[in-house]
Amino acid sequence: MAVKAPSRKILDLLPSADPVRFLAEDGSTVTAPDEYVLPSDELLLEGYRRMVLGRRFDTQATALTKQGRLAVYPSSRGQDACQIAAAMALQEQDWLFPTYRDSVALVSRGIDPVEVLTLLRGDWHCGYDPVARRVAPQCTPLATQVLHATGMADALRRKGENGVALALVGDGGTSEGDFHEALNFAAVLRAPVVFFVQNNKYAISVPLARQSAAPALAYKGIGYGVRSVQVDGNDLPAVLSVLTAAVEHARSGREPVLVEAHTYRMDAHTNADDATRYRDEQEVEHWRAADPIERLTAYLRARNLLNDEIVNTAQADAEALAADLRARMNADTVPDPLELFDHVYAEPTPQLREQRAQLAAELAAELAAGSQAQEG
Amino acid sequence: MTAMTMAQALNTALRDALKEDDRVLVFGEDVGPLGGVFRITDGLTRDFGEERCFDTPLAESGIVGLAVGMAMGGFRPVVEMQFDAFAFPAFEQIASHVAKLRNRTRGRLALPIVIRIPYAGGIGGVEHHCDSSEGYYVHTPGLKVVTPATAEDAYWLLRDAIADPDPVVFLEPKKLYWSKSDVDLSTRRVKPFGRAEIVRPGRDVTLVAYGPSVPVALQAAEAAEQDGISVEVIDQRTLVPFDDATLTESVGRTGRCVVVQEAQGFGGMGAEIAARVQERCFHLLHAPVLRVSGFDIPYPPPKLEHAHLPGVDRILDTFDRLQFDDVPDPRHLADATTATLTATATATAAMAATMTAQKGATV
Repeated sequence: MAVKAPSRKILDLLPSADPVRFLAEDGSTVTAPDEYVLPSDELLLEGYRRMVLGRRFDTQATALTKQGRLAVYPSSRGQDACQIAAAMALQEQDWLFPTYRDSVALVSRGIDPVEVLTLLRGDWHCGYDPVARRVAPQCTPLATQVLHATGMADALRRKGENGVALALVGDGGTSEGDFHEALNFAAVLRAPVVFFVQNNKYAISVPLARQSAAPALAYKGIGYGVRSVQVDGNDLPAVLSVLTAAVEHARSGREPVLVEAHTYRMDAHTNADDATRYRDEQEVEHWRAADPIERLTAYLRARNLLNDEIVNTAQADAEALAADLRARMNADTVPDPLELFDHVYAEPTPQLREQRAQLAAELAAELAAGSQAQEG
Repeated sequence: MTAMTMAQALNTALRDALKEDDRVLVFGEDVGPLGGVFRITDGLTRDFGEERCFDTPLAESGIVGLAVGMAMGGFRPVVEMQFDAFAFPAFEQIASHVAKLRNRTRGRLALPIVIRIPYAGGIGGVEHHCDSSEGYYVHTPGLKVVTPATAEDAYWLLRDAIADPDPVVFLEPKKLYWSKSDVDLSTRRVKPFGRAEIVRPGRDVTLVAYGPSVPVALQAAEAAEQDGISVEVIDQRTLVPFDDATLTESVGRTGRCVVVQEAQGFGGMGAEIAARVQERCFHLLHAPVLRVSGFDIPYPPPKLEHAHLPGVDRILDTFDRLQFDDVPDPRHLADATTATLTATATATAAMAATMTAQKGATV
């Protein structure tokens, strides 16, 4: 019996066998599939500048954990191209649904870095106005935000707003049920949502091989009828091109797209984690050579698009950003404990009013005892 | 005034909400052309179109997660979980997101979502179809939790829930879906959201119930009346926000309180109510606050559910423990003299000494 070839429709949904790439690790160009266009020089320079700023923000945030200014920080070092491309691929009317590891993408979308770090600083809320920025609060429970992005995409479609939702998720997150439910719902509802998997190879300590036996995570799309792509996540031109195409396809085609970026988490899970317990230095070294900023720098230099002046300006801007962040994060903030009762409901319940009064009395007594002790 | 089942009242409430507000959407499993397994959404897809009332894939977390995104996008989703126990896959979305998003965004994002859940037993349902799951939801700050006991209340509470700026878990007592009562929807006669209702006045005991237990409580009150006990029945209606005032005022008058719930008793809503009553009414109580509940077992099969569910007899047996015949502790009498107090103290000390001696002998 002859084996039937997969139909055109199935082939359209399947990712290419290899990740889409424009640049080799040394910055030399390689051939990408015809459907993807190399972004303009201006966009690539913009991407370069944003990556330099993003990397500096990320390094500064990690440093702030050591000074006790942040409770914790999950670094995205190494995933710089993914972070920046996610911000650049979206239009103003689009929504971003980030995880806790996506602070750089938020800064790149224009949110004040101090606001981005509010939660990690030890406060109780996300810090920024999600509606004004069209960025959902950074999500801690894995993959739950992927469903929210799907619902938002469907809401945007219903309102005729021509917007797209982009959900960020990690390789570990693709094992969660919500990831699968979201893909299925989005395909059935034809919701204009892009699922962007940053496959950084580790879910805290668990390596990809223990996470999934799929040929690539992008193959998870076919079972749901979701068009899927895989891309080299350390190649900014490729990620930007693929993500922009995915966003525009979702917008005009009114259907979801799954994009998997192959990248690597250079730092530990957070500052509180010890990566030497589960991966060897040789592996990290291999990925250090694939650094997304160095790769793009080599390409731009080779094409004479990048000169010392641009590099110096970018670095000076990055230092200014870090200095501003340091200065503002060094100022102590004291969240008002009584505000904890104010946003549980639109109007506090009678019980919450009582509890608020109780805490107010406790705080007043503490204050009085404190001043008495000082006087004594 | 027309006779209407609770199912019809809920259907009418959904229709009126869909008519009045374009942002209202109804979705879930089988809620489209079928009209829901209990027919609560009957005819909504036909009359309002697939854009307003539609079937989703079969995944409860997906349904609630989708509702979160839609509410963030400006809609007012009313979702149906097909049965109580089938809502559990959605629990993470409910507890971590539905309940918390307003707080996590410092009030900038509200989630006006209604999660309708047919709940509790008494319909001969097989396993996983009869759970009383209110305890999980009332324990989650950020959720409002409602359960009606009559058709008219079902209509208004659902309208209130849909209009509410906060997420509401709307628990529908399955066994009352087909109970008919006179309904007048032309004017609002029921209490506002967040207020309990005294559905039967009485003098001797306050019997607190909600949802499926309200008709049982009323029957028990009738039966107790024959025994000369006058029972006041309170339908709590909204479990969150909780109306302490109505309850406290009632127990202040009656001096006795019994709480009835279908759910297993341990760590449940009844325990919370009992605690709240004794915290507020301790000196006005003539007897301990007692609970009547299901047992701490997985919900039993159809052939045995009668043994589990709190019925009239279990409530009446509980009334027997309300110390109507006890001689009051003399220390609490207004004319207690030093002599009687000393006598009581001596008697107590003697009893303690005897007990210690007996214990020693056993060892």
